[in-house]
Amino acid sequence: MSHVPPDLKYTKTHEWLRALPGGEIEMGITDHAQHALGDLVFVEVPQAGRSLAAGEACAVIESVKAASDLYCPFAASVVTGNPELAHSPELINEDPYGRGWVMRVRPSAAGALAGLLAAADYQALVASEP
Amino acid sequence: VNAGTRAPDLAWMRRQALEFGALEISEREDLAMLAVQGPLARAQVVRLLPADAQAAALSLDPFCAREIAGWFIARTGYTGEDGFEVILPAGAAVRVWRELNALQVASCGLGARDTLRLEAGMNLYGADMDELHNPLESGLGWTVAFAPAGRAFIGRAPLEALKRDGVPRKLVGLVLEERGVLRAHQKVLVPGGGEVTSGTFSPSLERSIGFARVPQATPASVVVEVRGKPLAARIVKPPFIRHGRSLVTEIAG
Repeated sequence: MSHVPPDLKYTKTHEWLRALPGGEIEMGITDHAQHALGDLVFVEVPQAGRSLAAGEACAVIESVKAASDLYCPFAASVVTGNPELAHSPELINEDPYGRGWVMRVRPSAAGALAGLLAAADYQALVASEP
Repeated sequence: VNAGTRAPDLAWMRRQALEFGALEISEREDLAMLAVQGPLARAQVVRLLPADAQAAALSLDPFCAREIAGWFIARTGYTGEDGFEVILPAGAAVRVWRELNALQVASCGLGARDTLRLEAGMNLYGADMDELHNPLESGLGWTVAFAPAGRAFIGRAPLEALKRDGVPRKLVGLVLEERGVLRAHQKVLVPGGGEVTSGTFSPSLERSIGFARVPQATPASVVVEVRGKPLAARIVKPPFIRHGRSLVTEIAG
């Protein structure tokens, strides 16, 4: 059973999102996603200041077996990518919701997290996947 | 035969066999093969043999094989490591697998096999070699015995023609000099065009390695298009690793 923290929001593409004090939103990939990818060997995070459109691919997360894009579900600008991931991509495997955070963004509009999945809905999504 | 191409391979063998009259090919569904690889592999495998058979197994030289105590034991493998491939009765395979686990021999899947074989410079069928490419452009010239000159073998004539006329492309090893991962079908940006056939992240070298098919005149430093970005790579002669030690000198960066 993968770990799904109850206080976060989720997307159908297996990202998690956390509202930080001050309006920034922190994002990463879920425990389910890191487990499916296997040992991560390369992560490319977006540059600070980059503008993202809703649904835009903005980070690359690669394991030995597969490359996967991370998508920002709303328009935003990048505050920072996680600088630890360049030399320690395995942080995402070890602590996907903590030290393995991928990036922090500032959404362009209020209510960015409103349409996203609650923990229980994400859990149901994962349970229904083959 | 390669399990993935079993049916067409056997059909081809049976067609060729017609020329040879009384030649029968039978499949041995009653047998299974286990590959046990690594520096300690042979020592662990022989613990499963009767005491009086162990010395015979341990005395096998690399690439040699013998039937010992009802098993066919070969000091071979497709990982670049020392070890055995063991052919044994199929009914015993699961039990023997579990006995090996109990001796701290880890079960491994194809992902582990893929990084090992690529580090060892070994082709993967369907990626680095297939029915569309001849052996000379797949790094397999060493497997073709052209000598003695009079020896007839299937494919001799077209391969002689290729040797005479010059093989336009070759399979080379690649080491990515920037962060990223080489993968099959990425383009190598050289005159005449090239393509990555296999790629992975080498756990031993901690960088990406791969094979590519490129024109003969390709220089040692190339650029590979990785996820839309041009990344620097260096052509090296495989293998990349032998018995756990890097053979690739002076990687920049």
